[in-house]
Amino acid sequence: MSPAAAAPRRGTNPPSFRTMSSARSSRAILPGFGLSLGFTLAYLGLIVLVPLSAAFLKTAGMGLHEFVAAVASPRVLAAYRLSFGASLAAGLVNMVFGLVVAWVLVRYSFPGKRVIDALVDLPFALPTAVAGIALTSLYSQNGWVGRWLAPLGLRVAFTWTGVFVALTFIGLPFVVRTVQPVLQELEPDIEEAASTLGANRLQTIVRILLPQLMPSLLTGFALAFARALGEYGSVVFISGNMPMKTEIVPLLIITKLEQYDYRGATAIAVVMLVSSFVLLLLINLLQKWSRRYHAI
Amino acid sequence: MNPFPSLRALPGALAAAAFLAASAATAKTIELLNVSYDPTRELYAEYNAAFAAYWKAKTGDDVVVKQSHGGSGAQARSVIDGLQADVVTLALAADIDQLHARGDLVPADWQSRFPDNSAPYTSTIVLLVRKGNPKGIKDWDDVVRPGVSVITANPKTSGGARWAYLAAWGYAERKYGSKDRARDFVTALFRNVPVLDSGARGSTITFAQKEIGDVLLAWENEAFLAQKEFGSGKFETVVPSSSILAEPPVAVVEKVAARKGTTDVARAYLEFLYSDKGQEIAGRNFYRPRSPAAAARFASVFPRLELFTIDAAFGGWTVAQRTHFADGGVFDQIYQK
Repeated sequence: MSPAAAAPRRGTNPPSFRTMSSARSSRAILPGFGLSLGFTLAYLGLIVLVPLSAAFLKTAGMGLHEFVAAVASPRVLAAYRLSFGASLAAGLVNMVFGLVVAWVLVRYSFPGKRVIDALVDLPFALPTAVAGIALTSLYSQNGWVGRWLAPLGLRVAFTWTGVFVALTFIGLPFVVRTVQPVLQELEPDIEEAASTLGANRLQTIVRILLPQLMPSLLTGFALAFARALGEYGSVVFISGNMPMKTEIVPLLIITKLEQYDYRGATAIAVVMLVSSFVLLLLINLLQKWSRRYHAI
Repeated sequence: MNPFPSLRALPGALAAAAFLAASAATAKTIELLNVSYDPTRELYAEYNAAFAAYWKAKTGDDVVVKQSHGGSGAQARSVIDGLQADVVTLALAADIDQLHARGDLVPADWQSRFPDNSAPYTSTIVLLVRKGNPKGIKDWDDVVRPGVSVITANPKTSGGARWAYLAAWGYAERKYGSKDRARDFVTALFRNVPVLDSGARGSTITFAQKEIGDVLLAWENEAFLAQKEFGSGKFETVVPSSSILAEPPVAVVEKVAARKGTTDVARAYLEFLYSDKGQEIAGRNFYRPRSPAAAARFASVFPRLELFTIDAAFGGWTVAQRTHFADGGVFDQIYQK
């Protein structure tokens, strides 16, 4: 009954360790470790680490006082709250509804399924500015959706909610596309077995399905969250960019650049980088923990 | 399908290529890159064609001018970071100052290299309202009335919005006689602003297309363009009693032009802006011409109003930028209260 998703991983981990330790002494089971690791490190260094370290170098020239003034002014703090809060909320919502979408796409067949499946990728492919303008005209006071919400006292465009809506839009594919393959691997037989053994539906979901889906759900969430943190193009159109209220962190970075304050801009970028890295690391650990938990 | 029709066209193509090669031997094709800001697209599209014809007639050489448009500050940064611009035509003198300060791409006295502070055309900030002017807006004082919704861009990211901010401030300071009153005036104005787009075009779209707000603080040429694009029946331009004289400057990026060997043609390109033809094109594209002759010809287009300069009212861009728009400046304080 051990889940299929985790089994291959548990199977491959020990041999790969053996590969590493025995590479020097005897022939490795899987050849090419040195070459591929070297390639990986060089590639990551070139594509990821060099640009990022440039940001750190630029801020290294700042005094501590200047750094704190740049990254902890009230306006910047308000932007962190908005960016992290809205990204987190959007990621969580996508985690729930992305799972539902993935479930429907995997488990049922119905006419138009392929079209809907393709629609999921649309937020990936659409230029973010187009998404932003489309969402804004939908949700502004005289937009198709906005005009029905306005009498209810709900304002979406140019508020916190607008930012949240845009971030939810761009994050959806990440959850669906990470959960889908795992769901496909899960045999309905397992649920049937659970049912014959006397589990009710809730028990089947909570004890059988969710534990197996958790790692991929968390990955999807982490991707959607990270993407939302960095999102600029779509959000600036719908947020209204009011200082202290609806300014996202990337906008503040642009604002600093507009004043030729390169160091201030990179200082904020460094804060975002470090905090995103810590958050992603935590999510990774959580994922590892959930994997171990359900494997027992 | 016959796979050979392209072969039949081959002799013709070869002849054309030979002809082009022959003519290229006598006449050079020079390529210029003009890095400009957002609302000048239409202006330079027309101007580049006119200059190419002028230069061809004068020297026999072909000039192809490529355009790059974007926010004024972002464009200046691209040039600093290595975009090979022969000339820059930006919204703010401060942005060209940065080309000198970071990278020494233009000489320190760039602004005296061409007449009129190197600004061949000027513009100003006007008020665009909806048809029939339902809120009865006549001057800046009506813009700060409670209940009037004002659209402008974020002065931190938009050059045009900075001009609009300074226009309102200058009006209030001159009318009410003190900086404190001017500050209250501008605070009241921004309290009426529901959305701050990041650029001037963005706020025009917010106002004209999404129909948000009662009045748009607009570049004069954007106000004309909006009327042209969206139909003149939908909006009306309200000219305030006074506003700021915006002088979008031009400069040859000497360092790049010298390396590319285009200094002469780049200089001629900007000088031609001051010619009758250049001034005419500026006027047609709703920029106020500098030359008295062209100004007289467009007198019926551009309404007369009192215009104050940034040097007279604020002591120049550098001071205005530091006091109002730098981090922690007056604009930030308005929102942090």
